[in-house]
Amino acid sequence: MTLKTTLSLGLAAGLLAGGAAQAQTEIEFWHAMGGQLGETVNQLVEDFNASQSDYVLTPVFKGTYEETLTAAIAAFRAGEQPNIVQVFDAGAATVIGAQGATIPVEQLLNDAGVGFNIEDYIDGVRYFYADSDGQMIGMPFNSSTPIMYYNADALAEAGVEPPTTWEEFAEVTGPALRDAGYIPLAQSHLPWIFTENFFSRHNLQFASNNNGYDGVDTEIMVNHPAIRAHFQALVDWQDEGLFAFYGTGWADNQNPFEAGEVAMWLGSSGSFGGIADRVDFEFSATVLPYWEAVTTEPTQTFIGGAALFAMSGFDEEENMATAAFFDYLTSVDAQVMWHTETGYVPITNAAYEASAEQGHYDEFPAAEVGIQQLLLPAGEFTRGYRMGFYVQIRDVMNREYTRILTGEATVDEAFEIIEAEANELLERFAATQG
Amino acid sequence: MKRAAFGHIGFPILLLLPQLAIIAIFFYWPAAYAVESSFYLQDPFGFGETFVGFDNYTRLTNSTNYINALNFTVVFTLLVTFFSLGIALLLAVKADKVIRGAKTYRTLLMWVYAIAPPVAGLIGVMLFDQSRGTITQVLASFGYDFRLGVNYWDTAAAMITVSVWKQIPVNFIFFLSGLQAIPRSVREAAMIDNRSGTSRFWDITFPLLAPTGFFLLIINITYSLFDTFGIVDTIVKGEPGNNPLTLVYRVYVDGFRGGDLGGSSAQSVVLMILVLILTIVQFRFLERRIHYT
Repeated sequence: MTLKTTLSLGLAAGLLAGGAAQAQTEIEFWHAMGGQLGETVNQLVEDFNASQSDYVLTPVFKGTYEETLTAAIAAFRAGEQPNIVQVFDAGAATVIGAQGATIPVEQLLNDAGVGFNIEDYIDGVRYFYADSDGQMIGMPFNSSTPIMYYNADALAEAGVEPPTTWEEFAEVTGPALRDAGYIPLAQSHLPWIFTENFFSRHNLQFASNNNGYDGVDTEIMVNHPAIRAHFQALVDWQDEGLFAFYGTGWADNQNPFEAGEVAMWLGSSGSFGGIADRVDFEFSATVLPYWEAVTTEPTQTFIGGAALFAMSGFDEEENMATAAFFDYLTSVDAQVMWHTETGYVPITNAAYEASAEQGHYDEFPAAEVGIQQLLLPAGEFTRGYRMGFYVQIRDVMNREYTRILTGEATVDEAFEIIEAEANELLERFAATQG
Repeated sequence: MKRAAFGHIGFPILLLLPQLAIIAIFFYWPAAYAVESSFYLQDPFGFGETFVGFDNYTRLTNSTNYINALNFTVVFTLLVTFFSLGIALLLAVKADKVIRGAKTYRTLLMWVYAIAPPVAGLIGVMLFDQSRGTITQVLASFGYDFRLGVNYWDTAAAMITVSVWKQIPVNFIFFLSGLQAIPRSVREAAMIDNRSGTSRFWDITFPLLAPTGFFLLIINITYSLFDTFGIVDTIVKGEPGNNPLTLVYRVYVDGFRGGDLGGSSAQSVVLMILVLILTIVQFRFLERRIHYT
């Protein structure tokens, strides 16, 4: 880490010095990609800097998603903001709500004459970071969607196929895997996988105001019979040994899958690369199951992850530089590199086709599942959600879901609390915008 | 002894200025700002805000979640302070008696002091990990299913254990030097009067250690309230979930993670008042009973 930091600082200093000599425009990019992902980000930026000679982009790692957003907010208030900042899905409402803090990417790219067509972007990616008129505000960057990974050896041993519906899981797949000595199911993010994308997969309304996109006086509609039934099923499955819950931590739930104890695990399509490196059993992935009792026409899920926002307060030259980077980022080469290196989905249709042509999915079929799921039929409520103080709302969900699964609260009690506390938070967020 | 005096009032003020400036910039100004923003709901970027009066405070009193954090913080502080002082005192008294290899014992006992709180938390996470933790496996062999991050009290126990472990060396160092500062003549006189080691400890050693103990009490309460942040953060892995949280950690969760500046300011003002009351109580009531030599 320290060595890497020193190296990248040295590199950055070198680039800055070189930039000053040639009067290049220098811009800064704050991101939250640590470890291996951080290396790929640095590679991406190096490629961009090498691809042209007018602009020099410096990437700066600022810690977790929350830390990066907080740092950008503090910097903005002090007039020291970076040109580009990476903001995660749950923080989108905060940064998009603060109109004037950012320049919508659509406007930025059009002003720079780079050209922008929202139809170039993959369906499930297109409108998550857009405003209510469909104007894209943030540039989707590391985009992933929840999918179901399975231990192919375990399923073969139990003599079952990955389930397409939860009914099938409860009646066939789950019991067979349990009898074969496995914990059939685990997941890593209850709010993201079993709440937000549960609503999208079944095309149910998640919040008023068109899932929150059309205004800030939004009310959450999480207390829906379908999701209550789903959590009741989780409680029952846990009792029957079909499902295990290892807490709110992501890795705590992923580790038992990689250790071969859990047969099917719901995680991020971006988890693909890491799993491929670590497990010694045959694994694959498939789209999220759905409840046939809720819908017979399951719909697509939407993206999680984070987007890049162009911050305001810079001269035209620097904005041109930001636009040039976004243009590079959406190029087929950059997207294919990003997609194949990290496992995040490509954000444009062209990049998806190029990856397919290169035979990436013949080699790793599981790498395509996320995109296939994002390309499933869309519905009225599959575009995403926009709610303020959503980080806290997710915290409330995590707390109450844990209480459900540890038997401290019933499903009905917990959902009433989530609904009440989330609506109070939304009301408070609306006041911050006033 | 001759009293030193300054010829003019201006000079001492001048000498105090740097310190006062530091306090003003790093304490009074942010504190005043926190009080001000606790009456508002504010867009983090600073574009919009609404004056909400005492809403941010009344909300706390109605929140069972906040009350839970308050209760947990009280229990946590009491337990951490009690155990880290108690165990350190026991170790110090025993180490004080050791003659052969005394330095090695002492160094080994102080070692942990060099560990940063997040690292201590990380070691705790490794020891208590659900699938691979050593302590988890030991407990499992006794038939107890320890579930860090799922069971509220299991997580609390891990937090308290790690926090106590981390703080013992500091207390140990102070207690040991306190013990060594007790004059040999007093100890020998006590030895003639009373043969019982236990009663000698309570009658002579303990009162003479009281100034050190009082100092450590304050340090330990402050440690439990504030400095355990890194341990809490690593043990909950940055995700509050259904885990026990201390008040300071909640300020961070709402303010830094969630961008709720007003709500988190109100919480930090409450915390500030609590610490103020605690300090007044300590100095007015406890310190009177302590005699400095």
